[in-house]
Amino acid sequence: MPETQPDSPYAAESTRVPTPGQTIGPFYHYALPFEGGEHLVPPGSPGSVRLHGRVTDGNGDGLQDAMIEIWQADANGRIVQREGSFRRDAGVFTGFGRTSTWRDGGYTFTTVEPGPLTDGAAPFIAVTVFARGLLNRLFTRIYLPDDAGALGGDALLASLDADRRATLLAQRDEDGSLRFDIRLQGDRETVFLRFPRHEA
Amino acid sequence: MGEEVPRGRQTAPEPASQQAISAEIAAIHASEDGRALTQPRLDFAPYRSSVLRHPTKDLCHADPESIELAAPVFGHRDVDPLEADLTIQHGGEPIGERIRITGRVLDGDGRPVRGQLVEIWQANAAGRYIHKRDQHPAPIDPNFTGVGRTITGEDGSYSFLTIKPGPYPWRNHRNAWRPAHVHFSLFGTEFTQRMITQLYFPGDPLFALDPIYQSITSQSARDRLVAEYDHDVSEHEWLLGYRWDIVLTGAHATRMEQEGDNA
Repeated sequence: MPETQPDSPYAAESTRVPTPGQTIGPFYHYALPFEGGEHLVPPGSPGSVRLHGRVTDGNGDGLQDAMIEIWQADANGRIVQREGSFRRDAGVFTGFGRTSTWRDGGYTFTTVEPGPLTDGAAPFIAVTVFARGLLNRLFTRIYLPDDAGALGGDALLASLDADRRATLLAQRDEDGSLRFDIRLQGDRETVFLRFPRHEA
Repeated sequence: MGEEVPRGRQTAPEPASQQAISAEIAAIHASEDGRALTQPRLDFAPYRSSVLRHPTKDLCHADPESIELAAPVFGHRDVDPLEADLTIQHGGEPIGERIRITGRVLDGDGRPVRGQLVEIWQANAAGRYIHKRDQHPAPIDPNFTGVGRTITGEDGSYSFLTIKPGPYPWRNHRNAWRPAHVHFSLFGTEFTQRMITQLYFPGDPLFALDPIYQSITSQSARDRLVAEYDHDVSEHEWLLGYRWDIVLTGAHATRMEQEGDNA
């Protein structure tokens, strides 16, 4: 049975009040995205997968100035904590990727599919979204779509109704790529997350 | 100019006056009276670009798991110590008021965030970014790019040498100007602490007029984004010093370990 979440162990208040966030604004492109940021592994390398999608607003228009970060375990479900994301060594996986959207709101990463961190857990990729017009970062998860049993046992997914749950599942393209659209608002709005110790 | 209305199918209505924007800000602040939100509202129409870009559904509670309880690691393979000095990236001295910005990155329990990445970017002294979409007719400074990175020390400290950025106009409304600011990008010890924010300078007359700053509806929370002038950081005949500590949201992993210890 999925665990319910009311008895979260994180209920205690922070002893310090966090600094507020602010929008990333429109002018970050020369500062934050870095060469190779979208390639966690080299394109075409064994086990690599293309993860792509579109970031859209409440009109369904693509955001040309969003930035997406992903953070994930390796294919064996290990959390690799290793420096070198900014100056990647081919073959050295750091688990971190960053890219900005194109004019049509599209983005692409090349990565590996994370393995489950514990037996039976539903593997997911952690995501943050930043954009001009978005006053604070948003968190979400990209769940791999294939293991129905594991997905059925996931606490977060179990807390959502079917329509909302579907927004967190990557879709498998015919060529094996993973597609994950991020809809900030409106029809099929993506589920965004609040963690304990985060305030509104 | 800055943060323009996206071109394309959106036809721009007549831009609002500052008076109208200020009235909208005041009305939202009044409606939130007494609620001590520490973070900006995502739905804040005076910042026009937020209208179609904020989620309309409540954020969904999630207990952080596995990967979310860890953070990416950056180190001196990623960041050269010289990248913390924004005044030496070209052949000459950038124009403007030379300043040092220093402080500490702490987690919600006051613990220093050690050995972690801090990234900044900013306009030059004339309020111009080196960015192809910035069309503000202010001069580009050939000796200033406005990008810096560093890795925090053992005590969570960081320090950047730069010049004070200028305010700049943007197209949110008529005669709209952003207060001078430096963008900061921060990581903690776990991914849930990831944040991007802006540092402001004390006494800026544009604070009350700026819908991005005012999207934080609590005055005490807004104050946390304003650096403090610190004469002990200033250097004789060289630069002026500003101090700004950044507090990330609380970590979860350590708390679990502590609870385990107590069990």
